[in-house]
Amino acid sequence: MRGLAAIVRRDLRLALRQGMDSVMVVAFFVLATMLFPFGVGPDANLLARIGAGVGWVAALLASLLALERLFQADYEDGSLELLALSPLPLEGIVLAKVGAHWLTTGLPLIVASPLIALLMNVGAEGCGALVLTLLIGTTTLSLIGAVGAALTLGARRGGVLLSLLVLPLYIPTLIFGVGTVAAVIDGFPAWANVMMLAAIAVGALALCPWAAAAALRQALE
Amino acid sequence: MLKIVLQPDAFSRLGAKASPWLAGITAVLLTAGVFLALFVSPPDFRQSESVRIMYVHVPAAWMSLFCYTFMAAAGGAALVWRAPLAHMAAEATAPVGAAFTLLALATGSLWGKPMWGAWWVWDARLTSELILLFLYLGFIALNTAFDDPTRGARAAATLAVVGIVMVPIIKYSVDWWSTLHQPASVLRMSGPTIAAEMLVPLLIMAVGYTTFFLYVLLIRMATLLNNARIRALRQRQVRTGWEAAR
Repeated sequence: MRGLAAIVRRDLRLALRQGMDSVMVVAFFVLATMLFPFGVGPDANLLARIGAGVGWVAALLASLLALERLFQADYEDGSLELLALSPLPLEGIVLAKVGAHWLTTGLPLIVASPLIALLMNVGAEGCGALVLTLLIGTTTLSLIGAVGAALTLGARRGGVLLSLLVLPLYIPTLIFGVGTVAAVIDGFPAWANVMMLAAIAVGALALCPWAAAAALRQALE
Repeated sequence: MLKIVLQPDAFSRLGAKASPWLAGITAVLLTAGVFLALFVSPPDFRQSESVRIMYVHVPAAWMSLFCYTFMAAAGGAALVWRAPLAHMAAEATAPVGAAFTLLALATGSLWGKPMWGAWWVWDARLTSELILLFLYLGFIALNTAFDDPTRGARAAATLAVVGIVMVPIIKYSVDWWSTLHQPASVLRMSGPTIAAEMLVPLLIMAVGYTTFFLYVLLIRMATLLNNARIRALRQRQVRTGWEAAR
């Protein structure tokens, strides 16, 4: 446990000292959302209707943007090999790295999402629902993304390939995330959607570290 | 049986013997199925003649799921036992499965236009089938993305195993969500709800699609095996060339 906490601390420190990752991710998130009022016109009612979906899609793409670097730097400088040789289980290491990655890229998105809700005229209830669903959903996105990032380690055209692998698997999370916000805005009970979202998150938490660790072992062979 | 699975040469001999039979059976079944579907089976009382798209569409959709399950099983076996033939089976299945998925989507679109009034609707079954197509494409892309072919094959096999979670979602999407696409009417617990004159050609087509898949699988696996043999021979040639030069 202490070893895993050390990995989380190390990754956080690296992200704070050298990385602009968090800033870039949030900047992309806000910019991508900003394009929509220009694209579909600044009609407040229209923006309110599509706002939650746009926010979710932008958050999904922003988290995809940061995924490629999840294992890449450690793979290139060889520290991933040392981590794999340590007595810690590789699944735990994956979980620790995903946790650190979520803290540096997922959490800033959630913090920035009320701003998106404001820009898109979503309203107070919709904003609360957006924050809550992103809180559950971005963990799933990070976990599924870790599998894709591990599978494409060392591949040619890794970034494009990663999005081809990961985006289809993101769709269920997106559906239930947006479904929750839409239900809350329209005044329908939203708990079924929230529970599905949480169920996907728990399933991903149980399965993804194993798959990602298996893929990492293949990359290090 | 084990010998056939593990030894490429034994497998090649079996494949060479079986493929003409499979080709013949496929030709007979598909000809009979198409004849029954187009000329013998009755038109639907609500959809009239356009119901005949079903005999192409439904088996293609079944095969898209069957091929994926087969591919994931082969990939899983390849990861566990490190069997090159299992990798080849998964690799050979992927484009065939993708083609069946594309066929199901295309015929579904052609059927949707007269029935629903739109080429495409975003309902659960159509969307999940589209995801399946992208899973196949991801498998093919990942398989060829590495300089080391074994690494690509193993990464793709892992992806296939991970993606198996989508198969039950696609199968039951029409039962879990109320959608435009009709729920299952053949493969259900309480027996099929489709008339026998329609069910018989449908099943003949389904069996024909399956034997067609097996036939193409054998051909593609034989090709992959020959490619591997050529690669091994080239490598040996290069090695002996070096030794002769020294």
